[in-house]
Amino acid sequence: MTEIRNETVDTTTTSEASFASTATPALAAARLVLARDLRLAFRRPGEMLQPLVFFAIVTTLFPLAITPELSQLRVVAPGVVWVAALLSSLLALEFLYREDAHDGTLEQYALSGQSLTWLLFAKTASHWLLTGLPLALMAPIAALALGAPMSSVPGIVASVAVGSIALSLIGAIGASLTLGVRRSGVLLSILTLPLAIPVLIFGASATSRAIAGEDYSAPLYLVGAIAVLGITLAPLAAAAAVRISLE
Amino acid sequence: MAWTWFHRLGSPPYIYALAARLTPWFAWPAAVLTIVGLYAGLVLAPPDYQQGDGYRIIYVHVPSAWMSLMVYTTMAVSAAIGLIWRIKVAHAVAASCAAMGATFTFAALVTGSLWGAPMWGTYWEWDPRLVSELILLFLFLGYMGLRSAIDDVQRADRISAVLAIVGVINVPIIHFSVEWWNSLHQTSSVFRRAGPAMPMSMLLPLLTMFVAFTLMFAALLLTRLRAEVLSRERSASWIREVVSA
Amino acid sequence: MSTLGLRGEGLHLWRGDRHILRGVSLELRGGEVLQLTGSNGAGKTTLLRTLSGLIYPEEGRVLWAGEDIRKDLRAYHAQLAYVGHEPPLKADLTPRENLHYWIGVRQRLTASAIDQALDEVGADEWRDRAVRTLSAGQRRRVALAGLKLLTAPLWLLDEPTTNLDTAGQDLVGRLIEAQVARGGMVIAAVHHELALPTLMVRRMQLAAS
Repeated sequence: MTEIRNETVDTTTTSEASFASTATPALAAARLVLARDLRLAFRRPGEMLQPLVFFAIVTTLFPLAITPELSQLRVVAPGVVWVAALLSSLLALEFLYREDAHDGTLEQYALSGQSLTWLLFAKTASHWLLTGLPLALMAPIAALALGAPMSSVPGIVASVAVGSIALSLIGAIGASLTLGVRRSGVLLSILTLPLAIPVLIFGASATSRAIAGEDYSAPLYLVGAIAVLGITLAPLAAAAAVRISLE
Repeated sequence: MAWTWFHRLGSPPYIYALAARLTPWFAWPAAVLTIVGLYAGLVLAPPDYQQGDGYRIIYVHVPSAWMSLMVYTTMAVSAAIGLIWRIKVAHAVAASCAAMGATFTFAALVTGSLWGAPMWGTYWEWDPRLVSELILLFLFLGYMGLRSAIDDVQRADRISAVLAIVGVINVPIIHFSVEWWNSLHQTSSVFRRAGPAMPMSMLLPLLTMFVAFTLMFAALLLTRLRAEVLSRERSASWIREVVSA
Repeated sequence: MSTLGLRGEGLHLWRGDRHILRGVSLELRGGEVLQLTGSNGAGKTTLLRTLSGLIYPEEGRVLWAGEDIRKDLRAYHAQLAYVGHEPPLKADLTPRENLHYWIGVRQRLTASAIDQALDEVGADEWRDRAVRTLSAGQRRRVALAGLKLLTAPLWLLDEPTTNLDTAGQDLVGRLIEAQVARGGMVIAAVHHELALPTLMVRRMQLAAS
């Protein structure tokens, strides 16, 4: 590609050989998409922390609105943690796609010769690493403050970690659907939250069993099953929606 | 040659005329069966030994709830057809379904809550079926919201089609999760529908109402579809011929 | 046959009531440049996006090397470089990083190739500054460096000279000449004629609908 041939080229029968280049393997392409999003996020740490701060504030509101009594808070703790996690996860989604759509990055992904589904999967993975994983690490702190016992920490981390994978995937569908929409924030929530209800039910149930010291494996597996289904289908739907929004 | 009918189905003037021709074939039987079904259900069928006459609301509630699911499925299937084969009329069908589906869902919720009032002594109980129905209403409203937020009709069609397909995959999962959630909390549901042990005199009117509602949906869908086609094709020359004729 | 060539056959596109593409047909072979002109709203960008496969025409089709591009869109995209009127750059990244990610997703790249391309577009001075601090013309030059790195036989360029000074416009001309010398082909939508003294440029004017 750097050498420019000087001899005259027969313009009608150019072979493809003069444009030989090595296409990036799919895995490396996904790694680049992921690395780009992570690097961009770390360039603006303040923005990256916003969902976590939001999560902390929402969980703080509940004791103030209900009661400081830990015995009562313990009962609602799983619900509080999960609703707050759901909303925080949504909050971060909008930016992730919006900027890429605006500056033409999504268009270049669609024209890259790589599978758009696969690249969007990588993008969803970056969303999870930036919001889901930190939320999973913060959720037990919130739960402890709401009266959950120390022994429930592994269960809470596991359920929020797995559940947030599913939330990122469902959110990716919502974000791609609302790409071409004005004032999309509220609409994104309206579309995404009903779809996320099963994750909320199973995830909150796993968390509440962990807090009660019971076996939480059954609901955790169900959350895992939704996450697996999401991994197979959500990037497909997101890619279809992105393509339509690029038309 | 076998594809000609398929292509004709994609042509708006043909669909417009076909819908007009078919509507009475659904509308009249729907009207007759509704009258027959309601008379049989409200008058002829015996009162329930436990619930008295209160149970009779099922003759509206159950068909509404059933229709809400059927309309969502119809919407998703026609949206998928529109998306995959790029048939505009299929998108018009999906668009016509949304508001009707939301109405059926809303009717199911209201009648369910009215039924609950004498049974539970409250208008709202977190019953799994009612909750599923409520979430379905949210799905319909989300679909309509997305559609109305996009100005370009074709883009709205295609984007909302993706949502409808995602939704229809989710409906059974939501249903299962809500059932599971309910079994977890052990709220003994008073809201129990009569099982297959229901006597014929109660069951027949219910089946009649099912058929009546389905036909009514078909007639309404065809009518709405014509309105939808008219508004979408408003600048086409065949519309002027139809309107002036 | 390994003959490269792009063909658009009877392309029609409506947007609502507007008939934007009204039976556009074109053919382009290796070593040819096609310049699209037309007033705002005439459908230049729409035509480019249709040729790129982003937009699905309601009638007609686009052929690449004799095959409908819809048959294998990804293989076609691997042969295509599309640069829209906004360069696809991230404001928080430097030109080097931007090229690393943007071009790297498509093809294998070395850091030295990126540096060389940035040198050639005159970006060596500011290749490690965040793009947000660069002027519109400088950003356009970064996009040109990206185009230089891409080894695609078909270039679809939307207003490639926007915001560029005379030297920058000459640079676009040289890039296109090099692409043509390799046997590649270029379709450019432009407001002002491209300065391509050494090349035969075909012209196509789109009329506003």
